[in-house]
Amino acid sequence: MDIIFNGKPRELKAGTSIQELLDQLRLDCLQVVVEHNQNIIPRQRLAETDLQDGDVLEVIHFVGGG
Amino acid sequence: MDQLIIAGRSFKSRLMVGTGKFSSNQAMVAAMQGSGSEIVTVALRRVDVDNPRDSMLEHIDPARYLLLPNTSGARDAEEAIRLARIARAAGCDPWVKLEVTPDPYYLLPDPIETLKAAEVLVKEGFIVLPYINADPVLAKHLQEAGTATVMPLGAPIGTNKGVRTRDNIAIIIEQASISVVVDAGLGARAHARRGDGQLGVDVADALARSATRPAASANTRNPVMVTLLMRTISALSSPTSSRPTTRNAGRPSEVCRMYSTGRYSPLSPWLTM
Repeated sequence: MDIIFNGKPRELKAGTSIQELLDQLRLDCLQVVVEHNQNIIPRQRLAETDLQDGDVLEVIHFVGGG
Repeated sequence: MDQLIIAGRSFKSRLMVGTGKFSSNQAMVAAMQGSGSEIVTVALRRVDVDNPRDSMLEHIDPARYLLLPNTSGARDAEEAIRLARIARAAGCDPWVKLEVTPDPYYLLPDPIETLKAAEVLVKEGFIVLPYINADPVLAKHLQEAGTATVMPLGAPIGTNKGVRTRDNIAIIIEQASISVVVDAGLGARAHARRGDGQLGVDVADALARSATRPAASANTRNPVMVTLLMRTISALSSPTSSRPTTRNAGRPSEVCRMYSTGRYSPLSPWLTM
C-alpha cells in the first residue's frame, strides 16, 4: 500500500501501524507529533492505529525558530 | 528589574530567546543560559527522515524554560490553529506565539486571519501571543479576544530600521492592559535603547530575523554577541515603565531562507523547511 508521508509517497507493508512506521524510521515517539489524515494521534494510540492505503501522515517536531 | 508577568505566570527575566540561527545546539544552549531568559521560542516543522536533525526538545530543559512554540509557516488561521494544536499535543504548556504570514517575502502578519485564529485558540484554552502589525485597533480587538500579549512589529522583519511604528506602538501601549512586545525590525542596540526609553516598552531586536542582511547575520552567527546584545537590552529594561512588558529575539531564519530561495509556494508543503 502507499501512503503520503510528510508530503511524499511512501510504500508500506499492509497493516503497518503508525508506531511500527516510526520504529522503522527510528523516530522517537516522545519527540514527534503525528497527524493522521489531519487528526492528531495521541502517543498511546500510535501502536493501535493501523495505516491504510491512501492515508496522509504528518510527523512534526520542534526545530529552531523565533 | 521588575518581574514580567504574562497570563498570570511570572518570569524573572524579560527576555524571550529564539532558537534559530545558532551555529550548534551547544551554542544555543550556552546563549540561552547566558541570557537568563526563561522563555524560549521554537518552530514546528516536518521531520526530515533523510536528513535527521535533533528535536529542540532534547536541548531545552522544560523545568527551566517555558517553551513557546510559534506558528511560523502558517499562511492562514486554519494552518496556525493546526500548528498550535500540534504543539500542545507535543506536551507543551498551551502557549503559542501566533504568526500568520501569507506574504512569503516580507512576512507581514495577516490581521484578519490572526484575529480569527486568536479567537479560536483562546476559546480552546491557549495562551496566545500574537505577532501583529502596529495597529492599535487590531491590538484592541485581540486584547478583547483574550490574548495574553500583543507583539507589534517595529519595522518589517529583517529591515533593521528600528522602531518605525513608534506613534502607533505608543497608542497600543496607552490602550493596552496586556503586555506589549515589539517583535521585529530592529538591528542595533540604539534601536532598542531608543525604543525602550521613550516608549516605556521593552524592545528587542529579533536578531535572527535580521539574518537576511549580511551585517546582522554576522552578529547572529556569534551566539556570544547575541547574548551580549540581549543582556544589553535586558539592562535597558524599563524600571521606569509601569507596564509588564517583554521582549523577543529570534525568527526562524530558515523560513526567510526558504522563502527567498523560492521553495515556498502554495503547492509546496508548508511545514517543510
